Amino acid sequence: MQVRVLVRLKPGVLDPQGRAVHHALEGMGFSGVEDVRVGRLIELDVADDTDHAALTAMCEKLLANTVIESFTIETPGAL
Amino acid sequence: MSFRAAVVTFPGSNCDRDMAVALEAVSGRPALRVWHGDADLPERLDLIALPGGFSYGDYLRSGAMAATSPIMRAVVAAAERGVPVLGVCNGFQVLTEARLLPGALLRNAGQRFICRTVALRVENTLSPFTAGYADGDTIRIPVAHHDGNYYADAETLDRLEGEGRVAFRYTEAVNGSARDIAGVLSANGRVLGMMPHPERAIEPAAFSSLGGADGRKLFESILANVAVA
Repeated sequence: MQVRVLVRLKPGVLDPQGRAVHHALEGMGFSGVEDVRVGRLIELDVADDTDHAALTAMCEKLLANTVIESFTIETPGAL
Repeated sequence: MSFRAAVVTFPGSNCDRDMAVALEAVSGRPALRVWHGDADLPERLDLIALPGGFSYGDYLRSGAMAATSPIMRAVVAAAERGVPVLGVCNGFQVLTEARLLPGALLRNAGQRFICRTVALRVENTLSPFTAGYADGDTIRIPVAHHDGNYYADAETLDRLEGEGRVAFRYTEAVNGSARDIAGVLSANGRVLGMMPHPERAIEPAAFSSLGGADGRKLFESILANVAVA
């Protein structure tokens, strides 16, 4: 089963990388960009019977640092 | 007194030797060296040091992979027994990822790697690491990091300040750290994480180009604490 985990900095946590990308886009002449936040997409290939609780535990214990990041889990049913 | 300190080496640590040299210079005893894959620490330790570097290539997040390594289970258990733990730079990042310290270290606000000597104000002189400093001392210690921007939510920051757990504060904005925090202590004061490198500042003032000697007191404090205990 293919699972996608999207890890994002929580709102309010400064994202210097996003800010630099935002600045670069403006420098390239793209207008109307209000904000840029850079996150991380993690693709997992897991056993079909892997339950949501196990995936959540993976996210909370390693894939995301919940002090600064939030995560969403996309399983095939939800894609 | 036989001071026993262990320095943990992760794949990608690069300040482990500096840490071992500093510990030996101050204590007269060679530091024990421990590998990340070891399941156990040596017995009767007076200090565990997690050094700077780029453990696991900073994959995923700085310190995240190292925090899951076998030796960290032993470090967490030792910390819970009250063994002092010092994490410097990447070691600080590992301590936050292992949840031995609150907060997280984000990318520097200016996006750049910062490598220079900075001024710190000593904010806590009661911990085993800082007892040798005087209240309000300003010391100069080198920093060298890309992810040193300390973050915690406002409630956590208020708690840290209220409990006297901010050990060191930059005297000016360096990397975007919340409230200019450079080092924090655990609730029992026996775990210290700091971005600046005290092990790079142990030589006499004649060698100030190498970082000065203001970090020496930190190691002397740990030693004095062991002598008392």
